[in-house]
Amino acid sequence: MTADPLLSVRSLSVDFWSYGRRSQVLRDVSLDVPAHRHVALVGESGCGKSVTMRAIMGILAAPPARIASGAILFDGRDLLRLSAREREALRGTAMAMVFQDPMTSLNPVFTIGDQMGAILRYADRRLGRARSRRARLARVHEVLTQVRMPDPERIARSFPIMLSGGMRQRVLIAMALLSEPRLLIADEPGAALDVTTQAQILKLLRDLVDDRGLALLMITHNLGVVREAADDVYVMYAGSVVEHGATAELFARPRHPYTRALLDCVPKLSGGATFRGIDGSLPDYSAPPPGCRFAPRCPLAISACSRPPEARRVSADHYAACWRLEDAA
Amino acid sequence: MSPLLEVVGLSKAFPIRGGLFGRVTGQVRAVSGVSFALGRGEAFGLAGESGSGKSTIARMIVGLAKPSEGAILFDGRDLAGQTGLSGRSRPVQMVFQNPGSSLNPRRSIGQSMAVPLHARGLSGGEIAARVASLLDMVQLPAGFADRYPYELSGGQKQRVAIARAIAAEPQLIVLDEPTSALDVSVQAKIIDLLNDLGRSLGLTYLFISHDLSLMRNFVERVGILYLGRLVEVGPVRSLFEAPAHPYTRSLIAAVPVVSDEESALKPNEPALEGEIPSPANQPAGCAFHTRCPHAFAPCAVELPDVVQLDDQHFARCHLLAPGASTRRGADWRTAKARSAG
Amino acid sequence: MSAAVAGESAPRISTAYQNWRRFSRNPTAVIGSAIVVIVLAAALLAPLIAPYPDHVGAVVNFRARHLPPSARYWFGTDNVGRDIFTRVLFGYRISLLLAAVVLGAAVPLGATLGLVAGYFGGWAEIVIMRLTDVALAIPPLVMALAVTAVLTPSLVHAMLAIAALWWTWHTRLIFSITRTLRTQEFVEAARTLGASPFHILFRELLPNCASAILVKTSLDFGFVILIGAALSYLGLGVQPPAPDLGTMVANGADFLPDRWWESLLPGAAILFVALGFNLLGDGLRDLFDVESVR
Repeated sequence: MTADPLLSVRSLSVDFWSYGRRSQVLRDVSLDVPAHRHVALVGESGCGKSVTMRAIMGILAAPPARIASGAILFDGRDLLRLSAREREALRGTAMAMVFQDPMTSLNPVFTIGDQMGAILRYADRRLGRARSRRARLARVHEVLTQVRMPDPERIARSFPIMLSGGMRQRVLIAMALLSEPRLLIADEPGAALDVTTQAQILKLLRDLVDDRGLALLMITHNLGVVREAADDVYVMYAGSVVEHGATAELFARPRHPYTRALLDCVPKLSGGATFRGIDGSLPDYSAPPPGCRFAPRCPLAISACSRPPEARRVSADHYAACWRLEDAA
Repeated sequence: MSPLLEVVGLSKAFPIRGGLFGRVTGQVRAVSGVSFALGRGEAFGLAGESGSGKSTIARMIVGLAKPSEGAILFDGRDLAGQTGLSGRSRPVQMVFQNPGSSLNPRRSIGQSMAVPLHARGLSGGEIAARVASLLDMVQLPAGFADRYPYELSGGQKQRVAIARAIAAEPQLIVLDEPTSALDVSVQAKIIDLLNDLGRSLGLTYLFISHDLSLMRNFVERVGILYLGRLVEVGPVRSLFEAPAHPYTRSLIAAVPVVSDEESALKPNEPALEGEIPSPANQPAGCAFHTRCPHAFAPCAVELPDVVQLDDQHFARCHLLAPGASTRRGADWRTAKARSAG
Repeated sequence: MSAAVAGESAPRISTAYQNWRRFSRNPTAVIGSAIVVIVLAAALLAPLIAPYPDHVGAVVNFRARHLPPSARYWFGTDNVGRDIFTRVLFGYRISLLLAAVVLGAAVPLGATLGLVAGYFGGWAEIVIMRLTDVALAIPPLVMALAVTAVLTPSLVHAMLAIAALWWTWHTRLIFSITRTLRTQEFVEAARTLGASPFHILFRELLPNCASAILVKTSLDFGFVILIGAALSYLGLGVQPPAPDLGTMVANGADFLPDRWWESLLPGAAILFVALGFNLLGDGLRDLFDVESVR
């Protein structure tokens, strides 16, 4: 990664305030998404990956959430310092989101063409561009072709209910591509789909990254999907990034105790799973442990773990935040 | 030893009503001619994607739906016609997929767990005692009986659902995607619990899932469903190590895995094109032929017969029939993925 | 091991407290409940706080006729010299009693019919819902007129007439809720676990309808009181000399606009109570809407 990454989250910390109590939901999260790369942010429920995604897109509910510190650099500009209008201008144009559930993310009473046309109309208005209805429809067809829809004209005339789950997911991706974004954020792509259809969607995303130079940030809880699809991976636990690096390297040699425990929990096709799980549960974010948040559940925890660990280098493109890296090998 | 559950020729078709007067214009064949048997204490899996009919089969076995054809023999007795027995729980119970919706949000955990105990006529005091002991069996504190579902995590709710199913003292539990809504670390604990309970209570499990890796590690035998029909059945080891049916092979090949060892085990099959056809509009002959990379002449015309490949391992495919002429020969089946780069 | 699995490390903020906070921050709900509480208190304590309790009966005091509101007679006096404020307080008793009895009969009946129709479907649904459709087609006021014309005008007959039609709204509402709930997994689970239909209807489904019933019933209090007042205004409800808000409005109307207090103040009292229940119902609905999103 030589050039500056398109998206760079730097030490982002977010608090949630509720009934007068503060929950430190994100702590010092940093991640980079360069162009031409598929980056995955993986973690279990409650780890903060959704909050991170919302903070990047600028759709975090401002009370009760509050950005405590950090920066989100997009193309060199700090999104957190922009005005609401400037942020709004970027959203849906330079950075776009692909939502999770294709079954419910599309309005059932409008045709695909209508919904996509409406998005284009608003984007054009924001960018001060005028486009005729026919030009808009042509663009809709063009994008539907990019996501490998057979017969785009027919799809544009169809209602969501007439399309299968896989096709609807492609429509969601197409909607995100309408304004030629440079960053795509995909929230659990294909999670609601069959394994065979999901594989097709992931291949489509891969090709979009390779052919169009998109920067893709994928949020997921599925480790298998990460390994098969992503170039880089960030593993999150309880609001912090505990390990990150190139996918192949990280999966071959996981170093953080949480990553290793998590990978152990995944049943293997080869059989022989032990189903032990990870003892304990997520910490209380309003009274988190000092230092490493995984320490209460970690088999390797020592007294030094009461100091927050920094991301330490394991190899050229592999970092883990743990004081006991050497012993975890 | 006679099987505990035997399903024979099970079929379910839903009529499609269209037009002004609601005439029946077609059929959704959700399940067609499914037969399998479970021995006492066994864990058997049904795997498939959407439209495979696995949930419909589960519902018919549990009594929530009536089969159009076929028999469900439990300990020799046909349960197929009986739905909604009240006052006497069936010896077959179910753990549903979504822990959030299988518990009544307006009733406490204790009240939800008391439902089968009430139905059996236990007194208030007996119910309270039994609820406490069931909570203990699923490793939840007794105080949870007064809590409400929204206060519990997904894993905790699923434990309650398991405890509630056990409260009815079933012999067979149908697990319909019990962990697909849970994180993988929570899933591990739930599966561990199910294994323990299965052993200590002598339960038989019918496990429905789309997650093949989980299937590989939980059940002893598995059946693969496609558009309502069983295409392959066998012991997990031989089915996963040497899958015979092209759909099974493609399905296993599409599973996202987390290690190179697993990648090397995957069959060498190209990614499947297209999508699963609608069950309302099933292709003729073998339903998979529209997407099968190895389809040939008879596939579009005739439904294949069941071929026995091994002790307990069966598949329904023209390519496997003895004497079938295949263009690629026998080794297409044993080809494995090249080791991942 | 249990504690580790339980994983409850955060102190629980009880639902009751959360609901109370949300409720008390909702101006609609607070104002509505304040009004309802005032009216309830006025009605319950009427015999104790009314300045002229005997003015409820057949009392005439011709020297004090048509007096405007003053320190002695807070709402003034009517055409036979009775204190209007006292009569309003006692009028509230009758209005609330009417509403309570009507709703006390209509709501359980309507909810039960809705549950049965929604859960069982088939013939039960057809019979009940078509009956409901027929009943809904009859305007309640016209029905009340007809009933009280055939039988003699009285409070009881008025209540009968209104109750005879009021259950239909609740049946419709509960039917649509039950139809959606019927396919929920917890209902299916109850079936497989051997629960009796009675249990499913009243222990599983009904609690999930409770919030809708509560909202609708609060709003209904206001409507039923208005209809009762309308019947009395037309002379078909409560008979004189019993103090009824509607009757008072009717009697006072003869003396508008000079002696406005005889008609308008009882009218304002009706407005006050109906408004209170409406606001309360709206506030409750806001409260439950948020809760159901959880």
